[in-house]
Amino acid sequence: MFVKLFYTLRTYGVPVSTRELLDLNAALDKGLMRQPHPELSKQFPEDKDLWYFASREDMYRLIKLCMVKDERHFDKFDRAMADYFEGVDSLDIDELMAKLTDIPQEWLDLKLDPKNLTEEQRRLLKKYGSLEELMKALEERLKEQKERHQGGSKWVGTGGSSPFGAYGDHPEGVRVGGESRKRSAVKVWEQRKYRDLDDDKLLGTRQLQMALRNLRQFARTGSADELDIKETIKRTAKKGVLDIHMQPERRNRVKVLMLFDVGGSMDIHIEALERLFSAAKNEFKTLEFFYFHNCLYDYVWKNNQRRHAERTPTMELLQKYGREYRVIFVGDASMSPYELFSVGGSVEYMNAEPGAVWLKRVTDHFDKVAWLNPEDAAYWDYTHTIGEIKKLMQGHMYPMSLHGVEEMTEYLAR
Amino acid sequence: MTQSNLDQTKNTQFTGTQSYIATDDLQLAVNAAITLQKPLLIKGEPGTGKTLLAEEVAASLGMPLITWHIKSTTKAEQGLYEYDAVSRLRDSQLGDDRVYDINNYIKPGKLWEAFTSDERSVLLIDEIDKADIEFPNDLLHELDKMSFYVYETGETITADKRPVVIITSNNEKELPDAFLRRCFFHYIDFPEEQTMRQIIDVHFPNIQEKLVNDALDIFYKLRNLQGLKKPPSTSELVDWLTLLLADDMAQEELEENLRGEKSIPPLYGALLKNEADITLLQRFANMMRR
Repeated sequence: MFVKLFYTLRTYGVPVSTRELLDLNAALDKGLMRQPHPELSKQFPEDKDLWYFASREDMYRLIKLCMVKDERHFDKFDRAMADYFEGVDSLDIDELMAKLTDIPQEWLDLKLDPKNLTEEQRRLLKKYGSLEELMKALEERLKEQKERHQGGSKWVGTGGSSPFGAYGDHPEGVRVGGESRKRSAVKVWEQRKYRDLDDDKLLGTRQLQMALRNLRQFARTGSADELDIKETIKRTAKKGVLDIHMQPERRNRVKVLMLFDVGGSMDIHIEALERLFSAAKNEFKTLEFFYFHNCLYDYVWKNNQRRHAERTPTMELLQKYGREYRVIFVGDASMSPYELFSVGGSVEYMNAEPGAVWLKRVTDHFDKVAWLNPEDAAYWDYTHTIGEIKKLMQGHMYPMSLHGVEEMTEYLAR
Repeated sequence: MTQSNLDQTKNTQFTGTQSYIATDDLQLAVNAAITLQKPLLIKGEPGTGKTLLAEEVAASLGMPLITWHIKSTTKAEQGLYEYDAVSRLRDSQLGDDRVYDINNYIKPGKLWEAFTSDERSVLLIDEIDKADIEFPNDLLHELDKMSFYVYETGETITADKRPVVIITSNNEKELPDAFLRRCFFHYIDFPEEQTMRQIIDVHFPNIQEKLVNDALDIFYKLRNLQGLKKPPSTSELVDWLTLLLADDMAQEELEENLRGEKSIPPLYGALLKNEADITLLQRFANMMRR
């Protein structure tokens, strides 16, 4: 049984196989759960499997135990469970928060004509004084909800007691957390506290740690102590008795050249990544950082404060660093097409050759070049230059998620 | 469910012990592993009691504990047995009679020990992620069937009483899917304040309420400090409380810290284990004072 659940989980991308499904059934068969629950038998009269649980929480626990094998999938699992139980698609709070930081400005700029508002909205606006304050209150609550995972009557979107549920039909789409819930208990799966563990999310602190481990593996290849067969045979033959000789592990250390795009909206991400690589610094044979702005042209610099005084010609990079260096560009690759394709297109100065030519030179010179992009991969298609640069990188552009860094290191280490 | 099998489950219920607080999730995980006789894979932040769990399960169920610590050089076969061909070769050169019996050169490993144990045992495979990437794959069959074949002697070692297998991982390497599929998986969350109070309670039954409040206040503040390399976890908290209890001066300092008279909590060395984190804390404290 639980076939529907099984497929719901798969739809949400939780990797479950028949084995897990059988385990879950076996667990029930062995009587791992307590007595059938009267309320549950009423709630799911046709689905007898669900009766055997003392509570939904217990069931959630058991299913999680049997079906999920990695904490990275917990968040997907939680969403799948919400879907399975409630039959509603859960809304992504992150997405909403992102919207919230993007949209308010536009909202506030909109000339809100009281005539266009419904009676309900007008009442609300009155209550909160202005739209601005309403947005602030909403943001506040979202924050609180995010931090404390508290639900109840404060949950944004809980019908009735919270204004935001009522406000939910606004055309711009401020609608949070599904239907109004009359039952007050917060469901575990709605807290979504494992969101940070999902490896497709952009790098957070924990992910940075994980990525660091990845980098270490990237930097350190070769096995532990090994038997030196040649030497052993030689010595044994010489002495007449067995004389084992071991040789130390071989280390193949990687050289990395990193080029960061600075001075834009992505600075925070780039700083994080810089920290990450610095932390892994002693794992690499050499690790060099350089900076550029928006697109690579004929010079780069090492010290951001003194970028106009101390420049390194890009040509010098190509001469100084051999082709065995792995080059990692970090940047959002979002610029105007002129910056990439035209002479003089740079926002800063008159460049003699277009950026694309310089990027091509780099990819031609080095064996392996990759581009890490802090921009969410879902939006890559909307920016022309991202696609163009990806082409220049022969497709080796990776999102700055744990998964992306993993894939990138895999490519670079090969 | 038959009556006998119901009794069996009743006898082997794990509910935490006097010195170990297990959340409902964890209890369920352990009981499922016991009942269905599948290995239980435990992950979680360092210091949340992964290794301790196996000890406590063994103690509370009255089973012997067999621990196999995994290192980067550990091979799967070492857990089964090792055939010491080199010393046999040496013995043959020295003319030792032992050389005629191959059993003299076979050293049983931890799995062998657990499989042949007289009573049902708890086998802890600690920090499996430290080993080579192929290590878990090499143990698939052994953990599944709880038996293995000894090539040198031609015998098959089978577990009469399948041990309760608990495996811990710190996430340094990814474990193969085939392996994961054979395990139950539980992720120990960082304890919430309520659970944390219970944990403190089992460790320090006579501790003053106020000290706990103060300490937890600082502890959670510290954990929320952005950019710490290793945020303090349960084991650090317990160590810190032990030190605080032994030192009245420190308790006073703790209060001063909370009132904002002193910038850094006393005995912070027990909470933060690396230099970078301590520097961060000091810098942060200075900023707060300004």
